[in-house]
Amino acid sequence: MDGIPAYNYLNTPKGWKSWLLTRDHKRIGLMYLFAIMFFFLIGGIFALLIRIQLLTPNQALVKPETYNQLFTLHGAVMIFLFIIPSIPASLGNFVLPQLLGAKDVAFPRLNLASWYIYVVGALFLIYSMFSGAADTGWTFYTPYSTQTTTSVIATTLGVFILGFSSIFTGLNFIVTIHKLRAPGMTWFSMPLFCWGLYATAIIQVLATPVLGITLVLLILERLFSIGIFDPAMGGDPVLYQHFFWFYSHPAVYIMILPGMGIISETISVFSHKKIFGYKAIAFSSLGIAFVSFMVWGHHMFTSGQSEIAAMIFSFLTFLVGIPSGIKVFNWLATMYKGSISLAAPMIYTIMFLILFSIGGLTGIVLGALSVNVHMHGTYFVVAHFHYVMMGGTVMAFLAGLHYWWPKIWGRLYSEFWARVGALLIFIGFNMTFFSQFILGAKGMPRRYSTYLDQYQPLHGFSSVGSFVLGAGFVVMAVYLIYSLFRGRPAGNNPWGGLTLEWTTTSPPPPENFIETPKITHGPYDYDKVIADNG
Amino acid sequence: MKDNGNLFLPPGHSTIAPGTDALFDFIYYTSIVFFAIVVFVIVYSVWRFRPWGFKGYLRLFIIPKDALEIKVTGQRWFWSFDYPDGATSVNDLVVPVGKPVKLLMSSKDVIHSFFVPSFRIKMDVLPNRYTMTWFEATDTGAYDLFCTEYCGAKHSSMIGKVRVVGEREYAQWLESSSKAGEGMPVEDYGAKLYAQKACITCHSVDGKASTGPTFLGLFGEQVKLEGGGTATVDENYLRESILSPQARIALGYQPVMPTFQGVLKDKQIDALIAYIKSLKESGSK
Repeated sequence: MDGIPAYNYLNTPKGWKSWLLTRDHKRIGLMYLFAIMFFFLIGGIFALLIRIQLLTPNQALVKPETYNQLFTLHGAVMIFLFIIPSIPASLGNFVLPQLLGAKDVAFPRLNLASWYIYVVGALFLIYSMFSGAADTGWTFYTPYSTQTTTSVIATTLGVFILGFSSIFTGLNFIVTIHKLRAPGMTWFSMPLFCWGLYATAIIQVLATPVLGITLVLLILERLFSIGIFDPAMGGDPVLYQHFFWFYSHPAVYIMILPGMGIISETISVFSHKKIFGYKAIAFSSLGIAFVSFMVWGHHMFTSGQSEIAAMIFSFLTFLVGIPSGIKVFNWLATMYKGSISLAAPMIYTIMFLILFSIGGLTGIVLGALSVNVHMHGTYFVVAHFHYVMMGGTVMAFLAGLHYWWPKIWGRLYSEFWARVGALLIFIGFNMTFFSQFILGAKGMPRRYSTYLDQYQPLHGFSSVGSFVLGAGFVVMAVYLIYSLFRGRPAGNNPWGGLTLEWTTTSPPPPENFIETPKITHGPYDYDKVIADNG
Repeated sequence: MKDNGNLFLPPGHSTIAPGTDALFDFIYYTSIVFFAIVVFVIVYSVWRFRPWGFKGYLRLFIIPKDALEIKVTGQRWFWSFDYPDGATSVNDLVVPVGKPVKLLMSSKDVIHSFFVPSFRIKMDVLPNRYTMTWFEATDTGAYDLFCTEYCGAKHSSMIGKVRVVGEREYAQWLESSSKAGEGMPVEDYGAKLYAQKACITCHSVDGKASTGPTFLGLFGEQVKLEGGGTATVDENYLRESILSPQARIALGYQPVMPTFQGVLKDKQIDALIAYIKSLKESGSK
C-alpha cells in the first residue's frame, strides 16, 4: 500500500489467531480500544434514553422500574467498562512502551490476560442486563442492594472481575516504567503521560482490592444474610458507603490522571514549546494520587457521619485543588508565547482545559460543607462529575485518540470534519450539563424518573443538548472509520512531536523500533530540536 | 547635606543616589499602602465571613433546646410525620413559622434522604438509627420536599410539601386533624385518605397499571396469588394487605408495599375499605 510501511504490527503476523493470542501491547491496546468504544456506544444509548424520558415531567418513555435500570446501567457501563479502562488500557497500552523506547510492556502475557478478564467481566454485566438488570444505581448502596429483586449479584460479580483486569494493567505499567526505560532515559526525562499512568497504576493496585472485598461482602450478604450491612441484623449500611467510596473516590483519579497525562503531551506538542514546570506536573500527579485516598468521606456529609470527620474530609478535599491547579496553570504557561496549531488534538485539549476547570471549581463548591448539604444528591452533583469525567477524561481521551490515531493506523482523518464533530460535542456537552448545575441548585434531585413541572424548561434544554452531543459523536465515528480506508498516509511524525513513538514508522513494526532508540534530547526540547517529519 | 540612610538603604554618597532613593521610597510607601489594604481585606473577610465554612455546617447540629420535635418516618415511598400531641400526616409536614423545628428521623426500610431545597437542609434517613436535622422557617408558604437518596421504583414520587403556617393556623390544623373524617360520608373520607396517605403513589383508581394493583373494580374480584392459590378481595383481605402487605401478594406484583401499621387508625382503614368498595360500583357500570 502506498505510503504505509509494508511491515507493521497490523499485518504481521497474520490471521485471527495471531490477534486473539497476541502478546503485542499494540494489538492488545487496540482490542481494548474496540471493546471500550463498543461499551461507550452502549452507555451512550442508555444516556440518550434517559434524556428522552426526562423531556417531559411525566414518564415520556419508560416506567420507573425501567428508568431505574437505565441509569444504573448507564453508570455501571460508563464507569467500569468504559472510563476506568479507557485511557490506560487502550491508549496507555499502545503508547507507553513506545514512549519509553521499549519493545513491549514488562509482562506481555499478563497484559493479554487482563484483556480476557475484562471480557469475562463484561460478559457478566451483559448477562445481568438480560436477567433483570440491577436497579440500584452504580453505587450499589445497601440495604437497597441487598433487598432488590434485580440481578445485583451478576452485576457486582462482573465489576469484581473487572477489578482484576484493572489491577493487572496497573501492575504491568509500574514494572514497565521502572524497568524498561530506554538506555539514557531517566525518571525526569520520561514523557509526562508516563507519570500520569504511573500515578494511576499506584491507585489501581492499592484501591481496587478494597472494592473487590466490598462487593464480595455485598454478594455474601445477599446470599447468606451475614449481617454486615443489614441493619435488621445489627449491620451498618453506612459502613458500606465508607468501603465503597474508599475505592470509588480514588477511582475518580484513576479516571482523570491518565487524561491529565495526555494533556501534558498534546499541550506541549501543539504549542511547539517546552512543557512548563515538568517536575511540578509530575509530582502533582503523585500528590493527587496520595490525597485521593483521604477524601472519601466527602461523599457522606449528609449520611450522619460525625461533624469532626466531615470537617477534616472537607479540608482534605480542598487540598486536591492545589495539585490540580498547579497542573492547569502549568498548561496555560506552556501555551503562553508558544506557537499554537489548532489541529484536532489541540482543539480537544483546549476543550479539556475549559470543561475540566468548570468541573474542578464546582468540586470546591461541593466540598464546602453547608453548601454540600444543599447540593448533595441533586443534579448539581450530576453536572459536576460529568464536567470532570466527560469534560475532563473523555475530552482528554479524544485528544489522545486524535493525537495517536495516525500512529495507530498510519492514516490521517479529515481535520475539517474533526472540527465539526468537536464543535457539536462542545456545544452539546455544555447545553446538556450546564443546565444541570442550575437544575441541581434549584433542588432537582438525581435519579428521578418523573419530576415537578417547574423543572421542565431546563430538563428539556438539557435533553436537546444531549441530542446535539450524540450527533457530534456520530460525526466523529464516521470520519474516523472513513480515515481507516481513505485517510492520507500520516508519515512517521505528522505533528512534529519529540517523544520516541514519533521516531518509528506509522503503524510501528511489531517490536516498535528497528533499533533500540538512543535518547539524544528531552521529550519537550522544542527550543533545541527541530523534529524530523519524515 | 548628610544622608544617614534608612532601614533598607545605606547612606548615599553620589549624585546618582538621591534619585534612586526617591524612587525606592515612592515604591516602598505605595506598596505599604496596598499591602495594608490587602491584609485588611483578608483579616476583615476572615472575621466577617467565617460562618460560611465550618460554622455554617456546625449550626445544622446545634439544635435549639426549645425546638418543636416532630418524628419523621421514611419508607417506600412516602414520608409520615408524628406531631407531639398525637396528630399525624403523610407527605405533608405542617409547621409554625418562626419557630425552630427539630426533625427526629428514621427509615423503615432502605436509606432515604430528607431534602427541602428552600431551607437548604438535607439529611439521610437510615433504618435502625435516628438522624436529626432542624430548621426555622422564616416565611409562610408551601415548599417542596424531596427524597434524595435513591430508594427504588417510586423514588421520584416520594415527594411532598412542607407547609409553613402561622402560629394560630398551626394550632387549628392540629385540632382539625384529630377530628378528621367527622361529619363527612365515609367513602369521601376514604378518598381523602387515599391521596393524603400516599396510596395514590402506587395504586391508581382509573384502571391504569402501576407499582400496585389498581383499585378500580378491585373489590370482590378473585385474584391469583404469588406462590399459587387465589384470594377473594373482601374486607379482610384489604385490611390484611394494608397492615401486613407481604402476607398474600397478588400475582405479578413486587413485594414492596410497606406496612401501614401505626400510620393508619382503625377508623381510617374502614374508610379506605369503604372507598375501595365504592370504586367497584362505579367501575362495573
